[in-house]
Amino acid sequence: MNKKLFRSCVTPVAAVALGLIIGAILIASQGSSPITAYQAMLVGGLRDSDALLRTFQKATPLIFGGLAVAFAFKAGLFNIGGQGQLLIGAVFAAGVGFGLDGLPMVIHLPLALIAGGLAAAIWGGIAGALKATSGAHEVIVTIMLNFVAGNLTDWLSSSPWKDNSGDRIIARTPPIEPSAEIPTWGALPVGFLLAILVAIICWFVLERTTFGFQVKSVGFNKDAARYSGIRIGVITASTMAISGMLAGFGGAVESLGVDGRFEAGVNVGLGFEGITIALLARANPIGVIPAGLLVGLMQAGASRMQFKADVAPEIIDVIQALILFFVAAPTILRWILRFQNQTDEDLKLGVGWGNK
Amino acid sequence: MGEQVTSRRRTFLWVLVAVLIALVLGFYSINSGQTTAVLAGTVRAATLLVLGAICGMICERSGIVNIGIEGQFLLAAFSAFTVTSLTGSLALGVFAGIATGLVLGWCLAAMAVGLKVDQIIAGTVINIAAIGLTSFFYDRSRSLGVGKYSPIELGSLADIPLIGRVFFSRPLLTYVTICLVVLVHIAMFRSVWGMRTRAIGEHPGAADTVGIKVLRLRYFNATLAGGFAGFGGAYLALEAVGAFSRNMSGGRGFLALAVMIFGRRTPYGAYAAALFFGFATALQNQFQLNSTFDIPTQFVGMLPYVVTIVVVALSGLFGSMRDPAALGQTYEKS
Repeated sequence: MNKKLFRSCVTPVAAVALGLIIGAILIASQGSSPITAYQAMLVGGLRDSDALLRTFQKATPLIFGGLAVAFAFKAGLFNIGGQGQLLIGAVFAAGVGFGLDGLPMVIHLPLALIAGGLAAAIWGGIAGALKATSGAHEVIVTIMLNFVAGNLTDWLSSSPWKDNSGDRIIARTPPIEPSAEIPTWGALPVGFLLAILVAIICWFVLERTTFGFQVKSVGFNKDAARYSGIRIGVITASTMAISGMLAGFGGAVESLGVDGRFEAGVNVGLGFEGITIALLARANPIGVIPAGLLVGLMQAGASRMQFKADVAPEIIDVIQALILFFVAAPTILRWILRFQNQTDEDLKLGVGWGNK
Repeated sequence: MGEQVTSRRRTFLWVLVAVLIALVLGFYSINSGQTTAVLAGTVRAATLLVLGAICGMICERSGIVNIGIEGQFLLAAFSAFTVTSLTGSLALGVFAGIATGLVLGWCLAAMAVGLKVDQIIAGTVINIAAIGLTSFFYDRSRSLGVGKYSPIELGSLADIPLIGRVFFSRPLLTYVTICLVVLVHIAMFRSVWGMRTRAIGEHPGAADTVGIKVLRLRYFNATLAGGFAGFGGAYLALEAVGAFSRNMSGGRGFLALAVMIFGRRTPYGAYAAALFFGFATALQNQFQLNSTFDIPTQFVGMLPYVVTIVVVALSGLFGSMRDPAALGQTYEKS
């Protein structure tokens, strides 16, 4: 068992190490010291309770985004629509958060969370339903829905739900009611605990329920699943809806626990990170937690790195792409590390644009 | 049966074209200025889309899914812009863009063919890397230095009302693109290379038995295809916009994939589809410029993307589309 766990950790750990090494070379090529840079990054993400809080806050939407991608992976679906689903989740959670008042927290907060999750589930479900009925590939549809969601949330926060008090230039909703705020316990945001809880639920659903078995069957062999009586269309649509909901929770937690409102343009880019996280975790819901924490740490420390070592914070994106590359191409790692018998199978997705 | 369906489709297409021409002429007689502006915008947007679609088509015909076109556009636009700004030469910038595209195409092949990485993930790596690299090396203070490509009027052709403005007084790269569309179409359906390419996408095993080097041709084609996307990136930076900005490809690499599917993986079809999508984009720009209608700009902004979703869904529903049989599969010699 321990050996198996060790084996499954080798690829991600080696990928992260190689990504950081090449990142260091890039930093050095810009005339900065990689050691100072990485040190500043670690200090900026771990030093005190403020830094830890930042890391946890950054990690939370990453974990949700990673879960969204990982869950869809299990059914052989590639959800690159995390960005749009996150925005939809964020704006609807904020909408319920500021729109209702006089409710006790035990009702208001869950209601706002559910509103965000549900709206995002519908958003993700559109792609799933289109795939199930017309065969439209989820990759194209979810990417297009990202742009539509960007426009839609822009409009909501600049027109019907706009905050008209004070500065009228910014497109954002009014602040949410205190009864919808997700509390923070010291350095530990409750949203982060929620992310861990959801990750465990995802694991349970996938590994211990009939539905999870069906999802994995569809991902593993569609024809065999169909012959055994699983309704592929239903599984495809519901998997995409769940995947959307997971990303939407990430957005909802951002609105209710970090920003305190929805502001257009604030959450841009968060949704794409989920892909790296999910692959780094090899689509394992529990593995998503450390992967999210790692990238969250890098992001939390990025500004200090820029300040102390004069390195553009975008280096983080480059390092993430490198990590993604090495995780996706384990052949290179195997060649470098010279270990042969692979225990974890390579990730394969359903491809083709119009096949049902 | 099949013949009947095709001929009915053909009639439908001709009717559609006739209706479109009638509509355009109608609008032109009412407001010539705006009609010309929208149609010119259509061609401008279509050029980038068709280049991406050709890139995707060459890849998919050989059995490789390329969702990294977006990243190829972006990084090529960046290097084209940087080289032009450093040397002051637009031509060198174009070459730099093409070279970047070729390298990225080779990277895609190395991952998808050589290392047998899942092709969708390989494309995603290219996209994420392009965003990261371009923003890491982005220099806000840099400018193009020279003017972008300016229109060349093709003699008396440019004097034809409407069509002359729209098609015959364009900058250089648009003309080159139209030539490339014709060239690739002929090469794909009339040359040995084209036949072999289609063979390795449909049935690599059979192609292998008749002596086609499947993996080598896939490498070659993915690299070549990258060159087209790279040219597209150069077009974006040096002709369409004349500058580089972060994430300037703005999803058009993905739109190009929809264009490719809608155009049934043929260059001519892709150009027709690109004009259609370009029209949606140009219309959106025109609406946003002069708010003729009382629609919030955000809803107008959704137009091209919603059109894409509808088109992809419809072309799936009517079963008019069939993927190359070996699309997305790695080939291993047995």
